[in-house]
Amino acid sequence: MSFFSTRMLAASAFALMAAAPLHAKTFVYCSEGSPEGFDAAPYTSGTTFDASGHAVYNRLVQFKPGTTEIEPALAESWDVSEDGLEYTFHLRQGVKFHSNDKFTPSRDFNADDVIFTFERQASADHPWHEYIPGITYEYYSSMEMDKLIKSIEKVDDHTVKFTLNQPEAPFLANVAMPFVSIVSKEYADALDAAGTREDLNNAPIGTGPFRFVAYQKDAVIRYQKNADYWGEAPKIDDLVFAITPDASVRLQKLKAGECHLMPYPAPADLDEIRADPNLKLDEQPGLNVGYLAYNTTVAPFDNPQVRKALNMALDKQALIDAVYQGNAEVAKNPIPPTMWSYNDAIEDDKHDPEAAKAMLEEAGVKDLTMEVWAMPVQRPYMPNARRTAELIQSDFAKVGVKVEIVSYEWGEYLKKSMEEGRKGAVILGWTGDNGDPDNFLSVLLSCAAANPGGANRAFWCNQEFSDLLAKAKATSDHDERVKLYEQAQVIFKQEAPWATLAHSTQYVPMAKNVTGFVQSPLGDYAFDTVDLTE
Amino acid sequence: MLRFILKKLLYLVPTMIGITLVAFGFIRLLPGDPVLLMAGERGVSPERYAQIAAQLGYDKPVWQQYLHYLGNLLQGDLGNSLVTKKPVLTEFLALFPATVELALVAIIIATVIGVPVGVIAAIKRGSWFDQISMTAALVGFSMPIFWWGLLLIILFSGVLGWTPVSGRISLMYFFPSVTGFMLIDSLISGQKGAFASALSHLILPSIVLATIPLAVIARQTRSAMLEVMGEDYVRTARAKGLSSRRVIGVHALRNALIPVITTIGLQVGVLMAGAILTETIFSWPGIGKWMIDSISRRDYPVVQSGLLLIAAIVMIVNLIVDLTYGLINPRIRHK
Repeated sequence: MSFFSTRMLAASAFALMAAAPLHAKTFVYCSEGSPEGFDAAPYTSGTTFDASGHAVYNRLVQFKPGTTEIEPALAESWDVSEDGLEYTFHLRQGVKFHSNDKFTPSRDFNADDVIFTFERQASADHPWHEYIPGITYEYYSSMEMDKLIKSIEKVDDHTVKFTLNQPEAPFLANVAMPFVSIVSKEYADALDAAGTREDLNNAPIGTGPFRFVAYQKDAVIRYQKNADYWGEAPKIDDLVFAITPDASVRLQKLKAGECHLMPYPAPADLDEIRADPNLKLDEQPGLNVGYLAYNTTVAPFDNPQVRKALNMALDKQALIDAVYQGNAEVAKNPIPPTMWSYNDAIEDDKHDPEAAKAMLEEAGVKDLTMEVWAMPVQRPYMPNARRTAELIQSDFAKVGVKVEIVSYEWGEYLKKSMEEGRKGAVILGWTGDNGDPDNFLSVLLSCAAANPGGANRAFWCNQEFSDLLAKAKATSDHDERVKLYEQAQVIFKQEAPWATLAHSTQYVPMAKNVTGFVQSPLGDYAFDTVDLTE
Repeated sequence: MLRFILKKLLYLVPTMIGITLVAFGFIRLLPGDPVLLMAGERGVSPERYAQIAAQLGYDKPVWQQYLHYLGNLLQGDLGNSLVTKKPVLTEFLALFPATVELALVAIIIATVIGVPVGVIAAIKRGSWFDQISMTAALVGFSMPIFWWGLLLIILFSGVLGWTPVSGRISLMYFFPSVTGFMLIDSLISGQKGAFASALSHLILPSIVLATIPLAVIARQTRSAMLEVMGEDYVRTARAKGLSSRRVIGVHALRNALIPVITTIGLQVGVLMAGAILTETIFSWPGIGKWMIDSISRRDYPVVQSGLLLIAAIVMIVNLIVDLTYGLINPRIRHK
C-alpha cells in the first residue's frame, strides 16, 4: 500500500470516528486528573484505575455495583478448599478481548491470561516484570499477594487453581481490585514480536465494557462501547474523560453542559449544586475514616484512661460542622457504618469536658503539653487538617491540656509520623481499598502494622485485638468473621488508641438527564451502567 | 554574524551546566521523597523501600547520581518519569506545543495592545487616557492570575455562555495531532467548525496569560517613548518640519522599541511561569501544569530535565531577541 493511500485510510478512519458522536450517545466525564498509564498493575491512584481498570478491564471477580459484595466476573464460579488454602476459579467462556488497529485477538479469554496477569507481577524473573524501565507493582506487594500466593496452576483452559500459604478470607476481595485486572497474554506476545512492549501501557486491550480509542496527555481520553461485552452492554456509545483538575472549573463545565458528571466537588459549592435545577447531587457515606492517633507507647498516652479522657474532651459534632460543613458523620468506630461487621451497639464517648478533666486528674496528669500533627494535604476523609487541629487545640485547652500544632511536607509527615517514640498525636485517615474490614483494622491497628513500613500510627499493639483479627482472617465463615470483628471493635473502644473523628460523605454532581450511575462505596467511577435521557 | 551567533551559543554551555546543577539540587533540597509519596498513607516497608531506591539508583551518593545524570544527558537520555514511567522527552514533546500555542497568542495580544497603548499614553502624557491605561496596567501587573481566570470563566462561560469553559477544542472534534498546534491541526483536519472551536477555546486562557505581560509592555513602551521624545534627534526631526506621525512612528518609536523588545523577550520567562496557573485553571495540557504536578510528586527526572528544557528554550528565545536588535537599530548591528 502506498504512503498516500495509507494516509487516506487513516484519515477516513478518523473522519468516521469524528462523525460518529454526532449520532451516537456520548457521555462526558470531567475527571479530576490524568491517568499515570493504562496498565492498572503498576499504579496506585484511583484516577488511574477509573481510566484503566474500570473502563477497559475486568477481574476474576468484581464488586457488585454500589456495594463491596463480591460477584462473579471473568470467573463464573469458584470453589474454596476445606482448609481455605486452595481457590479454584472456573472461567467464563466466550469472552472476547478488544481489538485495535494493530491487534485482533485470535482466541477468547482463557487460563493463560489469568496466569500471565498474576505471574508478571509476582516473579522478578518474568520477562514482563519490568517491561518498562523502573516499573514496580506496589499494590501487589502492599496487599502482600507475593507472600500470600504460593502457586497458580492451570488445571485446564478454563480452570485456574490458586494455592495460598495461609488461609486468608480477604483474598477474594483482593482479586476484585483493579491491580489484578486481566490482561491478554496474546496481546503481550504480539507486542513482544512487534518490539512495542510499552503499548501494553499505552494502548490497552481488555475485556471490559469500553474499548480504549485514544489518549491525549493531560487533556482527553476516548473510549467506545465494547459491542462484544460479555456482561450487559453499556447504554452509551462513546465515553470521554475530559481531564479537569480544578474543582470549581469542573463545576463550571458541568453547568455549561460540557460534561455530564464530575467527581470531588468543592464542599463550598454543594449548596449551589443543590439549588441548580439542571443538576442533581448523589450522596453516599464514604468508606473512610478520619482519626487522631495518640502514641500509645509514650507517657502519659500509654494510659488508656488519659486517651479516653481526651476523647471525651472533643466536641466532634462541632468539628464536623466546621471542617466538613456538615457533610460527614461522627465516627465512633474505626470502620465506617457502611462496612459489614460495623458494631452499632457501641456507644461513643460522651462529650463531657468536666468528666474528662476529672479523669485526667485521677490519672495524675497535670499541665500536659502535647503536639497535634496536622497533615498538609486535603483528602476526602480530612478536608482541612489545620482547622481540625485548631478545634482540637481549643477543646483540649478546656480540660487544661496545651496543644502545639505542627505540620510537615506530606512525604515527611508520613515518614516522621511512623518514627518510634514520636511525640504527640497525628491527624490522618484511610479510605478502603476493597471493602473488607481487615483492610482497615489490620492495616491501621494490628501489632504487625506497628512497625516501620506499617501504618499503625498509634503504635498500639493489643494482643487480644490482633489475635481476633488473625482468627477472622483465617476463617471463611462470614458470620463468624462478623462476630470476631464486632468483638475487636469493643476492645478498640475500651482501649481508645485513636480519637475517631468522622466518616465523610461522597458527593457526585451530575446533569439532570444522567440515569443509571451507581456510586461505588470504594470511590470508583465506572460508567457501564449510565445512560442519558433526552 | 555567524561568529557572533556561535560565540553566543558557546556561552550557553556553562549556563546549561549550571542549570543542571541547580535543577538537580533544588528538587533534592525540598523535603519529601518520591517513594514515600507514592506509598501514601499505607506506608512502605524498609526492605521494599531499599529495593525501590536501589532500582532507581537513589541509594548512591548524590554526586554519583548527578554524574550519572550528566552522563545520560550527554547521550541524549533525559530519564524517565517516576510516575508515568515514560521518557521525559516524549512527555515534553507531547505537551510543549500546547504551551507554545497559548504563549504565542498571549504575547501577540500583549504586544499588539500593549505597544500602541504605551505610545498613545506617552504622547498624551497626563491625559485621561494616560491615567486610565496606566492605572489599568498597574492593576493588571498585580492581578492574582488564578482568581482572574476563574472570574472570567464564571462571567463569560457561565453567565454569558460566550466562550467554552476549558480544554483546547470541543470534544466532538477528533483528529490526529500533526503539528500539536490545535489551530493548525484543526485547519488540516478539514472538519467544519473545528478551527473556530479551537480559536474560541484559546480566547480566555490567552487573555489571562497575556494580562501581566500586557501591563509590563504598556508601561515599558510609555516610559521608553517619553525618554526618546526628549532626545535631540527627535527635536531635530520636528525642527525639519516632519509630520508628527513620521516623527513619532519612525524617529521616536524605532528607538524606543529597543528596550521594549528586550522586555518582550524577557516576558517569555514570565509566560512560562504564568502558564503554570493558566494551564491549571483552563485544563490546558501544557508543560506548566506538568512541571507543577511533577514538583509536588517529587518526580525528580521530570523536574530536573523539564527545567533544563524550559531554560534552554528561554535562553534561545533571548538569543533571538538579541539578534533582532540589529534589525531595528543599525548601531548595534553585529559584525
